Amino acid sequence: MKHLLSAGDLSRDEALTVLDTAVRMDEALAGREVKKLPTLRGRTVVNLFFEDSTRTRISFELAAKRLSADVVTFSAKGSSVSKGESLKDTALTLEAMGADAVVCRHAMSGAPHRLAGWVRGSVLNAGDGTHEHPTQALLDAYTMRRRLGRVDGLRVAIVGDVLHSRVARSNVLLLHTLGAEVTLVAPPTLLPVGVAEWPAAVSYDLDATLPKADVVMMLRVQRERMGQAYFPSEREYSRRYGLDRHRMGLLPDDAIVMHPGPMNRGMEIAAEVADDPRRSTIVEQVSNGVSVRMAVLYLLLGGAQ
Amino acid sequence: MSTWLIKGVAPYGGDPVDLLVADGVIAEGSAAGAQVLDAAGLVALPGLVDLHTHLREPGREDAETVQTGSRAAALGGYTAVHAMANTDPVADTAGVVEQVWRLGREAGLVDVRPVGAVTVGLRGERLAELGAMADSAARVRVFSDDGMAVHDPQLMRRALEYVKAFGGVVAQHAEEPRLTEGAQMNEGVVAARLGLTGWPAAAEEAMIARDVLLAAHVGSRLHVCHVSTAGSVDILRWAKAKGTRVTAEVTPHHLLLTDDLAATYDPVYKVNPPLRTAQDVAALRAGLADGTIDAIATDHAPHALEDKETEWGAARPGMLGLETALSVAVLAMRETGLLDWRGLAERMSAAPARIGGLPAPGLVVGAPASLTLVDPAARWTPDPAASASRSRNTPYAGRELPARVVATFLRGEPTVLDGKATR
Ligand SMILES: [Zn+2]
Repeated sequence: MKHLLSAGDLSRDEALTVLDTAVRMDEALAGREVKKLPTLRGRTVVNLFFEDSTRTRISFELAAKRLSADVVTFSAKGSSVSKGESLKDTALTLEAMGADAVVCRHAMSGAPHRLAGWVRGSVLNAGDGTHEHPTQALLDAYTMRRRLGRVDGLRVAIVGDVLHSRVARSNVLLLHTLGAEVTLVAPPTLLPVGVAEWPAAVSYDLDATLPKADVVMMLRVQRERMGQAYFPSEREYSRRYGLDRHRMGLLPDDAIVMHPGPMNRGMEIAAEVADDPRRSTIVEQVSNGVSVRMAVLYLLLGGAQ
Repeated sequence: MSTWLIKGVAPYGGDPVDLLVADGVIAEGSAAGAQVLDAAGLVALPGLVDLHTHLREPGREDAETVQTGSRAAALGGYTAVHAMANTDPVADTAGVVEQVWRLGREAGLVDVRPVGAVTVGLRGERLAELGAMADSAARVRVFSDDGMAVHDPQLMRRALEYVKAFGGVVAQHAEEPRLTEGAQMNEGVVAARLGLTGWPAAAEEAMIARDVLLAAHVGSRLHVCHVSTAGSVDILRWAKAKGTRVTAEVTPHHLLLTDDLAATYDPVYKVNPPLRTAQDVAALRAGLADGTIDAIATDHAPHALEDKETEWGAARPGMLGLETALSVAVLAMRETGLLDWRGLAERMSAAPARIGGLPAPGLVVGAPASLTLVDPAARWTPDPAASASRSRNTPYAGRELPARVVATFLRGEPTVLDGKATR
């Protein structure tokens, strides 16, 4: 594994290796006073964030630091980003600095692919436009495995703005690889043309899907979509596709509720659902994110040798 | 004026003959004193005519000039090109079209026929002075807001009507703009996977459907630029069957390439209209073969490196086409048995000349000696760095293509010999 650009790049064995490695990372850190492993000492990890995402950036920073890597963060948002030329320039700069891994977050789909063609180091896609966010899918799978003991055979409902969601794309690919059954639930306007070819079922009816779901993953819905006629109003969206306490009651007993964050409380998810201590994994997902990103960095940078 | 004897050449791939070129025309009689060009094994075609070329001058001389674009055209076997109006300043006045026309004459490699903008500044708000451009030295006959569709149906109707006075034609870039906001590639399975905003086929088809109805209503000619979908072919077939005076073109790249190339995220494959599916390619080939689509036009669109060496979403759409068009046409149409050399000559020379209001090209005695000689057995691999164009954005780099232009003559004077431009 040289780069991690798409969750679809991972074979079943590779994906399981990442998840197993994340477990080992957790175990290695457990009980340590200083939460640091020496594994990537002397290696340079560059966090290249062309788009604001405090939580993802911090998660990667923490992951790299816990592996003792040298971490540099570029927040290139604003200024020259709209002029795409700067991506190439930045790539050349990173080359000159000798980055071993570049963690790239970008508002445009495919930007990490372009970067991977221009730098020698490993490129790790930390979310590109409406394309993918593979480490999010890995941390989601990791969370499912910790909570439910497996991913294989799980019935996972992914609910919301699938059309614009990089989280949904990566999850569909990875969960399929790992043997889960995915159902996408959304108003038809928020599903891409061509979704029928995805390895997932599609439903417009959340209430009918919930009783058969082991996992329900709520996607963030941006309020601006309303202005583009994807749905008539926030209220209507939330009535038809929001997860409230009543709907949560339709889930099987041990089903879990996930959300990649940041949430729109009251829109796609009710506050009491997000905070439900038994079902909600939302806080856990954040801490699992660090473990999984440690595993990915470790594997990409050849730490296994 | 030089005199040439082109020996053993096969017009339209038929029986070999000797062609005498004298005083700018195809001649009969004595070849005494003529320079001899051994053309055994070569096919002669009338000079190709491109209906859709972006020469970028004035305004983006870093990407292409009339001179460099003309050279690329001649190397591709062309003797006439229609230079699109989306320059800076826009070719929406007699002054700008005359400037482009004059630059073409100075380059002297192909006839540069300026296309006039339909609306002032391509803004789609009011008609440009179409009559002034028609009456200018450039004698403009093709009008287009290419890059933008003439979106306002009333304005389109008026434009279609108005140009009848001087035998003009409106060439429409068919794209319903509200359906393509932010669009990056063909809407479908591949776009869904890549997370790139889709450009739906219906956005093209809806505009073509509207325009053929308008053209029929006012009894005008309509030309549809770069048709890219199977549905568009159906609509054109229907309109032609009803007797509507509509013509259409297809680009070489839409006859060969498909949208799955976007999976590389390399913007060399980004073009407008976008690459479509294999089914669309098959329908376009069939439509070109049966005459529903009249012509192949390159939509040669040079772009500076910094406009392509970017994220997909930040890149400008467009591909080079002049130097590779004939080879791609041979690959897509001739090697598949859909068109023979005569059919290719009709689609790449006679039909576009007719649509653009140029004299009919031909390889008959007395006709202007504007012709090209092609080695049908050659195989070659385009090298962007070797392109005569000032830009490098060919999608065919590293892809082996059949057939190669060996020589081109413009009214009896060689513009290309031994595969090299003469000036
Ligand atoms: Zn166009």
